[in-house]
Amino acid sequence: MAKKAVITGVHNTKVGEVPGSTAMSLHAEAARGAVADAGLKLADIDGVLCAYVITETYPMLSSAFCEYVGIQPNFNAGVNAGGATGAIMVMQAAAMVEAGVCKHVLCVAGDNRVTGMTRDRVVAALAEFGHPQFEVPYGISIPTAYAMVAQRYMHETGATLEYLAALSVTHRKHAAMHPDAHMTKPITMEDCADAKVISAPLRLLDCCLISDGAAAYVISAPDAAAEAKTHPVEILGAGQGHTHEHIVAAPSLTDFGCKQSSQRAFKEAGIGHGDIDVAEIYDSFTITLLVELESIGFFAKGEAGRAALAGELTHGGSLPCNTHGGLLSFGHSGAAGGMFHVVEAVRQLRHEAQSRQVPDAELCFVHGDGGVLSAHCSLILGRG
Amino acid sequence: MSDAPGKPVPKPNGDTQPFWDACNADRLVFQKCTSCGHAQFYPRSACVKCESAALDWSDAEPTGTVYTFTIVQRAPSPAFRGDVPYVLALIDLSDGFRMMMNVVDCDPQDVAIGKPVGIVFEQREGQKVPQAVLTA
Repeated sequence: MAKKAVITGVHNTKVGEVPGSTAMSLHAEAARGAVADAGLKLADIDGVLCAYVITETYPMLSSAFCEYVGIQPNFNAGVNAGGATGAIMVMQAAAMVEAGVCKHVLCVAGDNRVTGMTRDRVVAALAEFGHPQFEVPYGISIPTAYAMVAQRYMHETGATLEYLAALSVTHRKHAAMHPDAHMTKPITMEDCADAKVISAPLRLLDCCLISDGAAAYVISAPDAAAEAKTHPVEILGAGQGHTHEHIVAAPSLTDFGCKQSSQRAFKEAGIGHGDIDVAEIYDSFTITLLVELESIGFFAKGEAGRAALAGELTHGGSLPCNTHGGLLSFGHSGAAGGMFHVVEAVRQLRHEAQSRQVPDAELCFVHGDGGVLSAHCSLILGRG
Repeated sequence: MSDAPGKPVPKPNGDTQPFWDACNADRLVFQKCTSCGHAQFYPRSACVKCESAALDWSDAEPTGTVYTFTIVQRAPSPAFRGDVPYVLALIDLSDGFRMMMNVVDCDPQDVAIGKPVGIVFEQREGQKVPQAVLTA
């Protein structure tokens, strides 16, 4: 029997444009999919974690979700940590089932940001992000903040735009192998170079997508995991790191809380970087992944881009990464964006990833970050 | 920066009123901890280094350098569309704290990491906001 909490069910909806969907219908579809994947029933769920949506107003989203699908759990709460939400949900749910508070915790998030609101509304909503007095008056948006990270990173390391482009191209290649991905048309290094500049040095293909979609998973207690029908995926380690919310207050623009979160996760799991077979790491922008790969310690400073160019981040390389295509090409649906990384990790560890499968994957590193590299959560997942 | 209507205007609160009042008098001020000497920005109710609430408002030297920047080509809201391309930057002030500002009144291509800047104040409705200008 597993000693650690187990991920027993996962599901993602179709990602991209999902006409007729609502934030709630996507939540429900993902939730029912994950519960069915586990071989359980909604009635078996005794804990629920939701996140947030921006297409509609739900002051108590987790209560609204439970009402919508018709369940009355013993525990119900929200997690709101941007892109770190998906990983934090796993860590929180694992703590609850290991403490005996719940047997089966359902984590679910999603949003219909393409069909549910205009693109301008999305951009405006994202621009509300930032310190209201000391950042917002200067015309900050999420891409501009990450562009400032990229500018500093390139200044310190000598990294080139080619390094960023190599990540875009690799992610698109991975997405093309996933039946549910949003963007699958192949792109070249030239396409990246020709893409319009959003906020220098970041160009359009350095930025994540905006997608309709949802994801869900079921986290089960060690002694309840046998009720599920799937091959168990154990949560071997988890850790968080939090250094700031606003970029103006970030203690560093080249080292981030992912350093602490990953150290904590590796320590709990009792393994090292070299033991990892596949990694699913938050990629809201190409620069996000580049700095995290180095800050986490998978590559020396300035080396992750060179590794991407050399093919180290895809199948057959030293660290196949974001095998579903990530936020850059699989899709990004609000809080569900970081959950897609967890869903892919589970499929890799169950050996169900079809043409994307990393052979014999036993250990996966998963990472989510929210804000401007502000809130970090790392997970080590293992094939049980 | 153009003064198109609708650009966000800072709304001072109990932590920040002295800072914004000083801006309206063309002065850049910051919190200095009388206990540990930490130069604190943005303004808060207590020192993040030593938790002392004994913070003095000090006049900042209106000089600094560009720590990082971006040339924004896609505005976050219609209010900024007339400014594109504009420079968003993190400025390290000479007194040892960091602020976000636009680098204004320049060709964006002239901005570079490490370049020295001075401070000017831009009228935004009833509130002046600090901005950076290249000095070399």
